[in-house]
Amino acid sequence: MEHQILTFYDWVAKLSSSELIALILVVTLPLVFLIVYALVAILGELKISAFIQERLGPMRTGPWGIIQPVAEVVKLLQKEDITPDAANKPLFNMAPFLMFTAAYAGFAVIPFSSNFVPAGINLGLFYIFAMGSLAVIGLVMGGWASNNKYSLLGALRSVAQIISYEIPAAIVILSIVILASSMNLQVINANQGGWFWNWYVFGGPGSIWKLLVIPFTLGMFLLYLVASLAETNRTPFDIPEGESEIVAGYHTEYSGMKFAMFFFAEYANMFVVSALLSILFFGGWNSPFGDFMNGPIWGVFWFISKSFVFVFVQIWLRWTLPRLRVDQLMGVSWKVMTPIAFICFFAVGLWVMLK
Amino acid sequence: MSETKKVEFEYSQIDSERMRLNVGPQHPSTHGVLRLEVELDGEIVTEVIPHIGYLHRCFEKHCEKMTYPQVIPYIDRMDYISAMNNEWPYVMGMEKLMEIEVPEKVEYIRVIMAELNRIANHQIAVATFGLDAGAFTPFLYLFRDREFILSIFEKASGGRLLYNYFWVGGLAADVHKEFKEDVLKIVKQVRETNKEIADLLLYNKIFIERVANVGILPADVAVNFGCSGPVVRGSGLAFDLRKDAPYSIYDRFDFDVVTGRGEVGTVGDCFDRNIVRFHEMEQSCRIIEQAIEQMPMDGDVREKLPKKVRPPKGEIYTKAENPKGELGFYIVSNGTDKPERIKSRGTSFVNLSVLPEISKGYLFADLIMILGSVDIVLGEVDR
Repeated sequence: MEHQILTFYDWVAKLSSSELIALILVVTLPLVFLIVYALVAILGELKISAFIQERLGPMRTGPWGIIQPVAEVVKLLQKEDITPDAANKPLFNMAPFLMFTAAYAGFAVIPFSSNFVPAGINLGLFYIFAMGSLAVIGLVMGGWASNNKYSLLGALRSVAQIISYEIPAAIVILSIVILASSMNLQVINANQGGWFWNWYVFGGPGSIWKLLVIPFTLGMFLLYLVASLAETNRTPFDIPEGESEIVAGYHTEYSGMKFAMFFFAEYANMFVVSALLSILFFGGWNSPFGDFMNGPIWGVFWFISKSFVFVFVQIWLRWTLPRLRVDQLMGVSWKVMTPIAFICFFAVGLWVMLK
Repeated sequence: MSETKKVEFEYSQIDSERMRLNVGPQHPSTHGVLRLEVELDGEIVTEVIPHIGYLHRCFEKHCEKMTYPQVIPYIDRMDYISAMNNEWPYVMGMEKLMEIEVPEKVEYIRVIMAELNRIANHQIAVATFGLDAGAFTPFLYLFRDREFILSIFEKASGGRLLYNYFWVGGLAADVHKEFKEDVLKIVKQVRETNKEIADLLLYNKIFIERVANVGILPADVAVNFGCSGPVVRGSGLAFDLRKDAPYSIYDRFDFDVVTGRGEVGTVGDCFDRNIVRFHEMEQSCRIIEQAIEQMPMDGDVREKLPKKVRPPKGEIYTKAENPKGELGFYIVSNGTDKPERIKSRGTSFVNLSVLPEISKGYLFADLIMILGSVDIVLGEVDR
């Protein structure tokens, strides 16, 4: 599978005849996107929760309250940056930035369009998964260094949770790798080209016999959706920061910009898992309707709107469901999701072998 | 070949220590300024010691310096989310001491107000219980409905939280003209929302997983600790002062005493205590509907108000079924216009005492749910 296409990087390099400018642009564009996305997502969270709860939400900052996220960021910037006396200061200060780095590092391999991916490495899927796991270190660091019992409980809960949920998630991803026979996210996307029935949630491209595998791919999608909720610590799996039990979990002691970093990392993580869902199961930057509105620029539109659907789903679930208990959470992962993931893995493997 | 040494492993050999965690007085889920000293073994609760007194206001001592009518606003501040109900046993005791017969209309308005306040209280109890489990949205739905009830109270008494409405011998003011229609509208609204809450929260699979078989309180333990109200009814014991020792005009109404049946788990678990409150809202609606039907609209609610509240020498204990359980007042009168002594039996205080007994061995997250299911108000615990 050859992809000899003019990438965004090449295009900028040719235009400005400087590789450096191209490099800087390619690296910073996702960050710009991330900042804009975070503001939109925060506003979305405020407004969607308000809609669900029959409230108006913020209405005073700007028309329809659209400047509210900016106001909140400015407020957090102004807040005093408190480091507790008994905290382990280097670790305490490092943790939020490590969290954010881990979340942002995932963006390096996310293909926004057929022509734009910051780093089109062949192990993209593996890399994004590894970076997701790195966030756990940030959580433990923050929880341990705070020297607060609530933080410690939250940190330990989150480790147990994220490690458990990585197993079904990893098996689901492996099944996709079998289907796509590649770990390169661009290749996975390109494989799902054409109409929407070529998406991997509908078994990928293939003959009518793929109807046999659709139940399993649909199951894989649901498994990964649940696992991704657990990885981003969102309700119903928000026990690491379950506010009614352990106050705010691992970020109890954080304030000001460091708290904002945790917050930012959570939203970035939400997007990474949503992007992964849309890439792995819903064709990423492919148009759902064949050649209609297809292309490098439309690709950005399709990719972002598909991802935003899953961001919306996460927000929606958060304001609808209660939270699980820590032992039930483990039970769901190990007793239900992992076996089902293995069954799907086996079924998909068998199908690819017989195809 | 080296001989493999068999290692005996025991849990107790691990060098581990238990963690002492202070939950509160500033904690999102202690429903006020309660401090729980919790000993945790990992996540498992091994010991709970409630420390109270952060909201102590010397209520009983204050009463000795107040005239009898001045005591009523202090009583409002005990269980501040069901202030109407609080005033009732005190006022009733005073009326018995002074041998005042209150008019029919006053009795009906008192019943309606008390039952509306019972609904408002249970709405908060169910809502915050859901909030403890992480469900934020039902909380706001129930609070929205509570506002409608508070509007009725505001029209009658002028206050939305603390009313000073039940006076010795009558009421502070008459109800407004459209009182009956407004109350019936609220009853309808309460029923509608409750249907929604049952679907959204109470019979949600995750919620049931969280609350079933958690914090089981057997009926005999509940009785030994002196629990009352939904806490003891949740354990399957149909103890309700409105039925067992009818006061005022409660013998005229047809309603059921709801008890826990162990619908999704064991009798007396958190789910049962919560569902009892939920179904009691419906029973209160029934009482209100009957009372509205029978209530006379003409008559003066202030005609029996004594000029000076000066009961004869004597003492009396009166009790009433509060939303949270039995609230009693022991009033000692020395013949002056100030009480010699007032002792109140705070429901929440008694119900809270059972918490250490029923929360051992559960997870920390369960402790929060158990505390929520006992439904305490710190204003009444500390007084």
